[in-house]
Amino acid sequence: MLLQLFWTYLKVGTFTLGGGYAMLPLIQREVVDYRRWIDETEFLNMIALAQAAPGLIAVNSAIFIGYQVGARHVPTGWQDSRWVGLYPLLAVAAAVLGAVLPSFVIILAIAMVFSAYSDMPAIEAVMKGVRPAVVALIAAPLLRMTLKANSPKPFREGGVLLLSWSLVSALLIWLAGVSPVYIIVVTIVLALAVTALGERRRSKQ
Amino acid sequence: MIYLQLFLSFFKIGLFGFGGGLAILSLIQHEVLAYGWMSEKEFVDIVAISQVTPGPIGINCATYVGYTATQSVWGSVLATGAMILPSLVIMLVLCKVYLVLSTRFADNVYFQNTLRYLRFAVLGLIAAAALLLITPATFIDHWSIILFGAVFVLTILPQLIHGKRPTTKRALATLSHPILLISLAGIAGYLIYR
Repeated sequence: MLLQLFWTYLKVGTFTLGGGYAMLPLIQREVVDYRRWIDETEFLNMIALAQAAPGLIAVNSAIFIGYQVGARHVPTGWQDSRWVGLYPLLAVAAAVLGAVLPSFVIILAIAMVFSAYSDMPAIEAVMKGVRPAVVALIAAPLLRMTLKANSPKPFREGGVLLLSWSLVSALLIWLAGVSPVYIIVVTIVLALAVTALGERRRSKQ
Repeated sequence: MIYLQLFLSFFKIGLFGFGGGLAILSLIQHEVLAYGWMSEKEFVDIVAISQVTPGPIGINCATYVGYTATQSVWGSVLATGAMILPSLVIMLVLCKVYLVLSTRFADNVYFQNTLRYLRFAVLGLIAAAALLLITPATFIDHWSIILFGAVFVLTILPQLIHGKRPTTKRALATLSHPILLISLAGIAGYLIYR
């Protein structure tokens, strides 16, 4: 079971280009349709949890699925053992290692080679063309993300105010050098405070 | 000493990295530039390489930064491990809660509102990441602006066309794949600047 988890995530990690979201359909096919480790509803719950928790969605999903599978499919040799509680953790380790290892090895190899050849004029010429493209690739998804952040209630229930908060935080990070960490912390505190106020007002009515 | 800084920085990035790879990029960028582990130019190169190699962009970035900052494999191991650690602890607690109570987090109003607010904060983070990278090192002449514009338009174009022409849409979606766009920009760069 541990090997199966490791192997499944190794495959997913090796064959997905373009980050965590691209991994989700592949994970679904492997884990829900093929292995039947968890069902559709659990998979959707998993995505909600993986997105809500900090960190990378691919890694978070590996932790969740590793834990669920490990907790349910304890091998017979382990069931009477004192260490039975450790099995889900081993399953988590197997899944996370599988998800991370391919990227890690490939990038490390590139990092070693690239740092040796980055001074070559041909490589530098290629990178001069690539750099503005990368900035565009970071900026372009903002449009879709703005629309998505506003759904399902476009620009209502404080949507405009929240969008100005996006703008203010961008300016704070860009011009004032504020750490994004503070923006995240302030946002969470703000969300909890506003919700608490709203709930209190509702209970008074 | 640098190993301790690396660990603390990437632990922080893992702990506050809400909203997926691009938002985490903004956190990595802030830490990397604040400590002077590499220049803006090098950082953009790393993002480019992370986009065209398999796996989550955050892992790719952490591994690369860890290696470049220390010139050692252990730097990579430490940075990547430190970034995963907070997720591991928080997700395991959430899993336990989920298994025991089978609670629907999704129905909790505090939980939902916080997620909604964070989605907007993440917009700001990503916008700032892009703005911070518009420097003389990355935008060297008019060709840079042309390449930026071309990639930007090609990326948002498929989103603007609605349903009517599925074939056009599919063709555009293929063309707007980040790996293809980066490769094309690289070829263009070679032809212009060699």
